[in-house]
Amino acid sequence: MNRIAALLLGIAFAACAHAHKPSDAYLTLQHHDATLTGQWDIALRDLDNVLALDANGDGDITWGEVRARQTDIARYALARLSVVSGGQPCTMNVDAHKIDTHTDGAYAVLVLSGHCVEPGPTLAIDYTLFREVDPQHRGLLNFVEHGASRSVVFSVDAPHQVVGGESIGALRQFATYVHEGIWHIWLGFDHILFLVSLLLPAVLVRGARDWQPAGSFKAAFVDVAKVVTAFTLAHSITLSLAALGVVSLPSRLVESAIALSVVLAALNNVRPVIAQGRWLAAFGFGLLHGFGFAGALQDLGLPTGSLALSLAGFNIGVELGQLAIVALFLPIAFAARATLGYRRVVLAGGSMAIALVAAVWLVERAFDLPVFAAVAAASR
Amino acid sequence: MRLSWLIVAAAACLVVCTAAATPYVPNDDRIVLERLPEKTDPSLKLMRPLRARLAAEPGNLDIAASFARRAIDAARELGDPRYLGQAQAALTPWWTEADPPTAALLLRATVKQSQHDFSGALRDLDRLVAREPTNAQARLTRATVLTVQGRYADARQDCAALAQRTSPLVVATCLAAPSSLSGDDAGAYATLTQQLRVARDDVAIRVWSLTLAAEIAARRGDAENAQRRFAEALVLDRDDAYLKAAYADFLLEQRRPEVALPLLGTDIRNDSILLRIALAEQALPGAAEAFRMHRADLAARFEAAHRRGDFLHQREEARFRLFIENDAQGALALARQNWSVQREPADLLILAQAARATRDASVLQTVRDWLVASGLHDATVAAVMEAT
Repeated sequence: MNRIAALLLGIAFAACAHAHKPSDAYLTLQHHDATLTGQWDIALRDLDNVLALDANGDGDITWGEVRARQTDIARYALARLSVVSGGQPCTMNVDAHKIDTHTDGAYAVLVLSGHCVEPGPTLAIDYTLFREVDPQHRGLLNFVEHGASRSVVFSVDAPHQVVGGESIGALRQFATYVHEGIWHIWLGFDHILFLVSLLLPAVLVRGARDWQPAGSFKAAFVDVAKVVTAFTLAHSITLSLAALGVVSLPSRLVESAIALSVVLAALNNVRPVIAQGRWLAAFGFGLLHGFGFAGALQDLGLPTGSLALSLAGFNIGVELGQLAIVALFLPIAFAARATLGYRRVVLAGGSMAIALVAAVWLVERAFDLPVFAAVAAASR
Repeated sequence: MRLSWLIVAAAACLVVCTAAATPYVPNDDRIVLERLPEKTDPSLKLMRPLRARLAAEPGNLDIAASFARRAIDAARELGDPRYLGQAQAALTPWWTEADPPTAALLLRATVKQSQHDFSGALRDLDRLVAREPTNAQARLTRATVLTVQGRYADARQDCAALAQRTSPLVVATCLAAPSSLSGDDAGAYATLTQQLRVARDDVAIRVWSLTLAAEIAARRGDAENAQRRFAEALVLDRDDAYLKAAYADFLLEQRRPEVALPLLGTDIRNDSILLRIALAEQALPGAAEAFRMHRADLAARFEAAHRRGDFLHQREEARFRLFIENDAQGALALARQNWSVQREPADLLILAQAARATRDASVLQTVRDWLVASGLHDATVAAVMEAT
């Protein structure tokens, strides 16, 4: 009885005249920490165009025909949706298949779940469903986060969108980006090594033939302040310019140049070319490092609604992270400055080690060769 | 009797259609979820093998052009914009090319025109006509676009260039459209009816000419001839959506909704048809329930169009807002936006109606200025303006 009623209902559905409209798919995503949940409604008519769901070719798509192709539908759809968090792709799964009707007919409903290994303040989404078969197709995303929702439209001209981060309130959002900025400098060894290379000689004074301990803490402090300020100023300028899209450089070039800057800064400690005015070098190379920070920020994504605030937060985070390193380094280095160990082992040996590591980076980045990864793999 | 059955059937259908509001898992494999358009129009089945061949050879212009042509026809016949997107997809290798082959250029212009990208279509057609001044299809399509934009003198030039290259009825119809909208409605109607008497063109062209003749008569306030021409056209093609909508508008203007409703039939998939059905039902005392549901359906469709950022049916939406939702301000905003894109008499009419409802003096002046500048005679627009 139930079965007959269902059949009748199905026939009545098919007899209904739906609206004629261009192709749309409705995507809902809820973002909570590392977890994504949602659903994706895709018109059966559109899926039939690419997957030929109507197996018996009678012009009717039945539930049986849809059910038989569920794996293909999920594979086809998921291959055309990419969600990236903190620079790392999130894994997406279809947990269940349902059916719903919209104004223009029946839709396959894919119940989605996703997991992001690297939680970040924003999600970068790439959507290319039906791009090759219908350039008028739109993906209508309803993005839900912290109870607030936002609509985003994907099209052939706009397949890439950054969502998230707007709904959490200005202060929390600012704090999130400060946090990301701090972590970026702490985890970005090239920036730290560059800074350390410039700081190592700050507690010393260049004599006629060799390094001498700096006379006062004040002198050392002023020298450090000059270097750090110049570096900060420079990379803030280029970070802002790049993040706002005013200037853009190829990332391979930027990353290679940063590695080179570390090599040069470290070698300068062993065979000084610039002894005074290291702040000038800090400024010049700082411009490069700013482009590097911008690349990291791009992976993280900037919320479109409050670009300036998030950018300022990230920048301030980078400065705080940097100051923490200086605060840790300066007293220890100052105390040890008079020892031979500091000058021979730390300054000379440390600088050589830094230059060596950075030289390997330079080769890796310039020629796209994973040297460290290869060594690690060989020693395993 | 027939009318009431229609209303009952439509209402029953809507109840079933809107029954499922949340995703569900069907409990029987035999349940039919979707009926493909090819079920009712077997000629669409021919698109399947073409699509497969195109997928194998995406750069083959012959296959792409036949697929695109078939898709454009399907979009026009069914009023289904999905086929326009598919036509565009077939033309992808040539879509952004500056100087594609003639066949691709003409089809690209046609798709752009159908998507209301009139300036894009004109750019392509200008290039095409410059390359092939005798290409009749290019001239005819360009004349249509120019007429929609209100550039009547330019449109007439294209039509005149068609002389000797195509049938006299096609030339007369091409010319009658811009001429009748720029002051010479009497001459246009006379020439058109003269040609209709002697011409032996195929049904599609006769329907096109008869529909235009009926529209010109209606604008001239000649209800008798308008009625006659519409009826003649309808005998030749009962399914032409443009004809049905134009005829229904005439009947609604004549306050004959009971005639308009059965004429419109049941093809509520087409937004233009559904709007006229709702307008007719609104005026019929027995159709309150069907009207209520069709009103909700229209609102949902316009909402769906907004969500995707579409503004293809602003004229229809303005009418919906003004006459069904009683939202004169909303209607005026839409009518003004629409007027900046297209300038057919129906676009002017809704602009005048919305301006009158809101007593917007500056928009009313825009209408008056247009009437003076173009020389258009339109009894319906004139009646609206007289009442202000």
